[in-house]
Order: sequence, then structure tokens, then C-alpha cells
Amino acid sequence: MSIAQESIIAKPVKRRFKRTPYLLILPGIGWLFLFFVFPLSTLLATSLQKPAGISPDDGYLPAFKVSNYSNALAEYYPQFFRAFLYAGIATVICLLLAYPIAYYMAFRARKYRNFMLVLIVAPFFASFLLRTNAWKTILSGDGFVVSVLNSINLLPQDRILNTSLAVVAGLTYNFLPFMILPLYTSLEKIDPRLIEAAGDLYSPPSQRFWKVVWPLSLPGVISGTLLTFIPASGDYINAELLGSIKDKMIGNVIQSQFIDLRDYPTASSLSFTFMAIILVMIYLYIRKAGTDDLV
Amino acid sequence: MKIVKLIREKTLQVFSVLIIAYLMLPLAVIILLSFNKPKGRQNTSWNEFSLDAWTNICRDQTICSSFATSIKIGLLVTIISTIVGTMISFALVRHRYRGRGATSLLIFLPLATPEVILGASLLALFLNIFIPLGFWTILLAQITFTISFVVVVVNARLAGMDPRLEQAAMDLYATPLQTFRYVTFPIALPGIMAAALLSFSLSFDDFIVTTFNSGRVVTFPIYIWGAAQRGIPPQVNVIASLMFLGSLLLVLVASVISKRRKALYT
Repeated sequence: MSIAQESIIAKPVKRRFKRTPYLLILPGIGWLFLFFVFPLSTLLATSLQKPAGISPDDGYLPAFKVSNYSNALAEYYPQFFRAFLYAGIATVICLLLAYPIAYYMAFRARKYRNFMLVLIVAPFFASFLLRTNAWKTILSGDGFVVSVLNSINLLPQDRILNTSLAVVAGLTYNFLPFMILPLYTSLEKIDPRLIEAAGDLYSPPSQRFWKVVWPLSLPGVISGTLLTFIPASGDYINAELLGSIKDKMIGNVIQSQFIDLRDYPTASSLSFTFMAIILVMIYLYIRKAGTDDLV
Repeated sequence: MKIVKLIREKTLQVFSVLIIAYLMLPLAVIILLSFNKPKGRQNTSWNEFSLDAWTNICRDQTICSSFATSIKIGLLVTIISTIVGTMISFALVRHRYRGRGATSLLIFLPLATPEVILGASLLALFLNIFIPLGFWTILLAQITFTISFVVVVVNARLAGMDPRLEQAAMDLYATPLQTFRYVTFPIALPGIMAAALLSFSLSFDDFIVTTFNSGRVVTFPIYIWGAAQRGIPPQVNVIASLMFLGSLLLVLVASVISKRRKALYT
């Protein structure tokens, strides 16, 4: 069928169903406006409120107190910095660990591919709090890991638990599947004949990888790093369970300001700043990586 | 040359196995400690073999009631977000319309929002308009972040689908409804199932968003968090082991059935 013919047939069909896409997105988009966009705007409003009395029980009054932001940032910039540092390190380690196994599953593991996928996803069903807690047992002072590492003098503080090392290790463990899965999806789409063709044209293995496989896997690298970095930077469970008081991240601050101290304006201004930083980072990153396919 | 290649292949294989082992290690600890009789309150080091926890899972009533709450919320979240998300995905992949870019941006944003902020902003909303926290606010909050995951997963499936299949159905005088019922939907189904499974696991395991909006309702993760301070009872390990092994078994059975079916047809 020629292109001209196809467009003659396709057009009236499209015109007849013009309303369909809007009906399809209506419930979901309506939902997200009500429970995502609108809450973010109340968060913005809350971040500018001022206290009505001395105790949080007195509530807060609408105001335009911009100093909430400067105060919050002045006090908690180390936690911001730490969150992005820990999440950044964990993301890089995740990428280094995930790429080889994703490559193996996509190109080598014919028979065991599905079994490996299941093993990567199945831990989600055993609570992640419990798994993080299990690392406490594995890394405990009288455990096997610490005594081996200590016997070869690899640990500067003689322990792993309650150090920043444990927090980064916990983040790496918890978000590794979120790196492996998108990487695998994009690697699996690569036609292996492309790699063979590069080989037939006398390209050495390293060139075959950097000139063929790596560029084609970039969409997976981008979504994998985002899916790892974003939740890792906002996480407070790992810092709480595995770290010491000096390893608190911005998530810990937001959580305790909101739930324990009920200082809603401070918590909201921290959340809003955090969100803004993340969005700017994503924007720069995606522009640099050169993709506009968001989902 | 051959040897170099062989070594490279083997290294990749060994590395992959090690990664899987790394992912499985905490699960091994969880399962092992479910057979433990803890010395004190903390069930963190091996003491004595016992089947107590396995034979008496609901000894502490709150363990089982929190588990039931999580399952209930998980099922409701899965049903609603799978339907709503699949609809959006169909609009995004199958239609060109004004506002398509804005739709995909709005779907992407919740994925780019750290969970603390998602939880906190909903809490700010509920506090400001005086909605009491509890079962329903947990449900609302979890659906909000699972919709986007459903869209992403179903999109991946639909994007890989050959549009000529639908055209062929139309050419053979199938009505749009019939085309959807007999061609489009069956092809999209594996993606929809994967999305449903993902949203259930996200909902069942969610702690951060939930804890902000739970009020007095105790879900399974909230129970674990509370228990972590005074010692997690081995019964929790039993439930986690059952969930993990159960999901493995489910996938195994599903794959055996689909293999049988393929064998029947070919």
C-alpha cells in the first residue's frame, strides 16, 4: 500500500475518534491534578505560613514569610549536601554493578534470563524495611563481614554499622533493581547483529562496546540513574537504620520536622527547595543526555 | 584469542551470579531468622532452632491485622491505578492530540518527586482542608504515585506492538470495539499484568508516603517500623518469607502453564 493511500484511509478514522484520547486521560489526569499538583501548591502555601502561637498546637496562619526558606537552608544545608552526595555515590556504584548483569541477561543468559529477572524482582515482596534490617545483622560487629574486613585492616573505623559507608551500601542495595531493570529493557532491544556487524568490520571488542552498545543503551542508563538517584536522595530509612546521627539526610529532616516537631512551614520550605533542586538537576541532565522521551 | 574470550565470558557470568547472590543475601538472613528462637527481644543473631513462629503466625494480633490491611489496600490500589494508568497509556501511545506532551510531563513528574515530598504535600493538603487521616488517605496517596508506574510499564508494551495488526482487523471489517476486544487488548495484556503486579508490590511495600498519611491505621510496613525499635518478632520474618517464596512459586507456575500452552499450539 502506498503512503498516499494509507493517509486517505487513516484520516477519517482519526477524525471520528478525536474525543477518545481526552476521555481516556480524563480520570488519571484529573486524579493527578487533585492529589499531586494541588497538594504541591498547598505545600508552597504552607511553606510561607507563620506560627500562630508558641506551640505547634496553636496552628499556623497564612502569610508570606520568605525567611522560612533562608532559615531552613542556613540550618540544613549539610543534610542537603549529604543526601545528594550519598545518592550520587550509590547511583554510580549501582550503574557499575548493574550494567554487566543487565548485559549478561540481555545477550548471554538465554535459558536463565527469566529466572534471573524473577530473582531480581521477587525481593520487593519481602518488605524493604525488613531487608534493610537484615543488613544490620549481616554487617553487625560480631558478624562475618566485619571480622574479615577487620582482619585485613580495611575498615578505618573498625565497624561498618553506624557509618556513612553503611548508609551508602544500604542505598546501593535497595535501589539496585531499579537500575538493572531499565538497563536490561534497553539492552534487550539492541539487535545483536549490529554488534556482529561491527565485529565483521574489524572493530575490537572495546570499540564495539563504546561505539555500538553503550550509545544504544543510553535511554536505559538515563532512566536507571534517575530511578535510582531520585528515591535514594529522598530516602531516610537507610540513614535511620544503618547510619549514625552524623549521617542524617534531608529526608530525615523533612520527616522529623513534619511528623515529630510538626513545624510545617519549615518542613514545607525544605521539601519545596528539595523538589526544585531535583527538577533543575533532571532538566540539565536530560538536556545534556539529549532525550525528550520522558515516559 | 579463544582463551581471552572464554575468560571474558566466564568473568561476566561469575559477576552476574555474584550480583544475584548479593541481592539474595538479606532474604537468606530473613528466612533463616524466621526459624530462630531469639534470646532477648531482638531477633538479630542466631540462637536456637524453633518452628514456633511458623506454627503460630498470628500470635501477635496486630501482625496479621496489619498484613490484612496492607493486602486490602494493595488490591484496591492495584485495581484503580491499573485501570486509570492503562487508559492514559492508550491515549499516549495510540493517539496524537493537543496536550499530549503536557500529559506525559504530568505522568513523569510524580516519578521525579522524592517520596518524602509526595507524602508531605498530601499531608499538607489533608491538614489544610481537615480530612481525617486513615485508610482512605493511604489509598489516595498510594494511587497517586502508582499511576505513573503503570503508564510507564504499559507504554513499553504498547510501543512495541505492530500497528498493522489493528489495521488488518479493521480491514477485515472488525468494529473498533471488536478490534480492541480481540486484537489490541490481548496483546497489551502481559504489559497490563506486569503493571498490576508492580503497583501491588509498590503499594504493599510502601512505607514513606504511607506513614505520612496513615493516621492511626497500621499497615504491614508501619508495623515493622514500629517493631524495629523494640525488636521485630520472628513471625514478621515468616510472613516476609512466605511472600517472597510465594511470588517465586507463582511465577514458576505461570511459566510452566504458558510453556505447556505453547507446546499445545505448536
